[in-house]
Amino acid sequence: MSILIDRSTKLAVQGITGRDGSFHARRMSDYGTQVVAGVVPGKGGQLFDDSIPIFDTVAMAVQETGANATVIYVPPRFAADAIYEAADAGVELIVAITEGIPVLEMMRVMAFVRERGARIVGPNCPGLITPGESKIGILPGNICTPGKVGVVSRSGTLTYEVIHHLTANGLGQSTCVGIGGDPIVGTSFIDCLEQFEADPDTEAVVMIGEIGGTDEQEAARYVDSEMSTPVVGFIAGQTAPPGRRMGHAGAIISGSEGTAAEKMTAFRDHGIAVAERPADIVRLVEGALG
Amino acid sequence: MKIHEYQAREIFRQHGLPVPPDRVAETAEQAEAAARELGGSVVVKAQVHVGGRGKAGGVKLAQTPEEAREVAAAILGMSLKGLTVGKVLLAPAVDIASEAYAGIVVDRASQRPVMMVSAAGGVDIEEVARETPERIHKVTIDPRYGLLNHQAMGLGFSLYEDLQQVRQAAGIFRRLYSAFIAVDASLAEINPLIALPDGTLEAIDAKVNIDDNALFKHPELAELRDPSADAPAETEAREKGLSYVKLDGSIGCIVNGAGLAMATMDLIKYYGAEPANFLDIGGSSNPEKVVAAMQIILSDPNVEAILFNIFGGITRCDDVANGIVQALDQMDVDVPIVIRLTGTNEKEALEILESVNLPATNSMDEVVRKAIELATAKTPAGEGAQ
Repeated sequence: MSILIDRSTKLAVQGITGRDGSFHARRMSDYGTQVVAGVVPGKGGQLFDDSIPIFDTVAMAVQETGANATVIYVPPRFAADAIYEAADAGVELIVAITEGIPVLEMMRVMAFVRERGARIVGPNCPGLITPGESKIGILPGNICTPGKVGVVSRSGTLTYEVIHHLTANGLGQSTCVGIGGDPIVGTSFIDCLEQFEADPDTEAVVMIGEIGGTDEQEAARYVDSEMSTPVVGFIAGQTAPPGRRMGHAGAIISGSEGTAAEKMTAFRDHGIAVAERPADIVRLVEGALG
Repeated sequence: MKIHEYQAREIFRQHGLPVPPDRVAETAEQAEAAARELGGSVVVKAQVHVGGRGKAGGVKLAQTPEEAREVAAAILGMSLKGLTVGKVLLAPAVDIASEAYAGIVVDRASQRPVMMVSAAGGVDIEEVARETPERIHKVTIDPRYGLLNHQAMGLGFSLYEDLQQVRQAAGIFRRLYSAFIAVDASLAEINPLIALPDGTLEAIDAKVNIDDNALFKHPELAELRDPSADAPAETEAREKGLSYVKLDGSIGCIVNGAGLAMATMDLIKYYGAEPANFLDIGGSSNPEKVVAAMQIILSDPNVEAILFNIFGGITRCDDVANGIVQALDQMDVDVPIVIRLTGTNEKEALEILESVNLPATNSMDEVVRKAIELATAKTPAGEGAQ
């Protein structure tokens, strides 16, 4: 079992002929993801790599191939429209890799997508992977291995670092989700925790947060009141100065809110084992699994 | 992106907010002339990107143009929380009957804009939020419909009793929201929103932060960036497509990915040293970016070692290795370099580095410990391997 995606997921790639879209479409397909369609306006009728049909619109791709998920690699100025299009076509899972979508644009997008019952993962995220079954996005498949640990993270390469440690120590993963580093994201920590809790094959969860906002604090309360699956936490940015954006649009300490110390305290107060450094996560997960 | 008060006032004016006239001066002489134009009695305000300017001595009253000159001379060149004041704003001094606060922020939890008002104006609003949260009134705005009239009126009634003033305030709130949306702000604030003795409301301060991700839609706003407000290396990094924040430690870090970059800084601290910077070279990094990153790090005299931490995904390790080799060709590097590379094209990268006698590891903990050890010993680049 897993969350959000598995081997039955049928994926359309929006922007499949672009530099990143084509590169990762191949990677995903090689990994085993069912990449059933590409979407590029004006290139409908062509084949990508002689095998994947390209459609002019998401609606046509859904109609012809039964795609139930889409991944978006288009540049920031076109990304919001690509999400609107996917939601209007009835796609259930929309994974937005694109970094740099204006936050006010994302607010409108979120309201729109919710009304249509779709889920967005991202934007500005590495995507998600159910090891051995399917991956959507840019996470390197080779560092993952199937298993019982769920991973949810706001980061990209830091997530790889953690997965790398888990795999190297024989701790496989059920599903790994990069929820994205923007202030407004479609899928929250809590959304993923809820799914991991309901997944019988996820026996422990690693939650990787960073400075900015209060999502981790809210997630900690959720873990305390709603979860029986043990959770291990890590927060990046203990040395980050207040008021400075640390790369991610969402990684900024404003006033006294959103510090790493505050989040680590919230984790500890709500029964989440906190790793001081990424390498310590392994020991804590092993402890949680008993 | 932060902009100055005088720039924010102009945006507010364009959206019909009642902002009194003002002038900007860069010299004491200009300030005196400006005060004369404004009627003599003025307030002189430092234009720097720091909060609490008043408390820090960056805002002063002057009764006459001559006094304005003296006050401006004292404020210009002053250092406020590390930033030097290069400009002052002058505005007519006014009699204040009451002060309120009005602001809009992006609320991450509701994923909507939230407008907040408080009768406790003119002070640090975060302090009000902490100590007397009941004095702040909020409404969540549906971005599809904007700030509705009844919401604006409701906020107005929380501040004023007089219906005329309530209506005036509601108009101000709706215009503030229009300005917020029009410039893709992440924050738009009037603090204080004052009532004059005759009851008229005026915005006598203005603060706007703009979403960096939206600057591509607003080239005219991108030009408002004040490069003197950032460290020169940070401006250079931005132009090269790197995300860089200077810190005070001695270990220079070059990392791919913001989260991993922060975790690397934290690990340096964990092992007892201090990071010199945050630097994210981003996803698809070419060798030129690595060269630029090294130049920026080396421009910081506090740096005693350079640490690379690369987890290749989109980023190819061989691109980074080539960048390091090019950088060593182009510049004198007199501090040790330690490298951690793993992931995409790791093998090719290790071969490239081998050819210039730069050893690399695939462990993050190991590379951090090594950097700290060499920084303390201050071995020149490559020497450890020869």
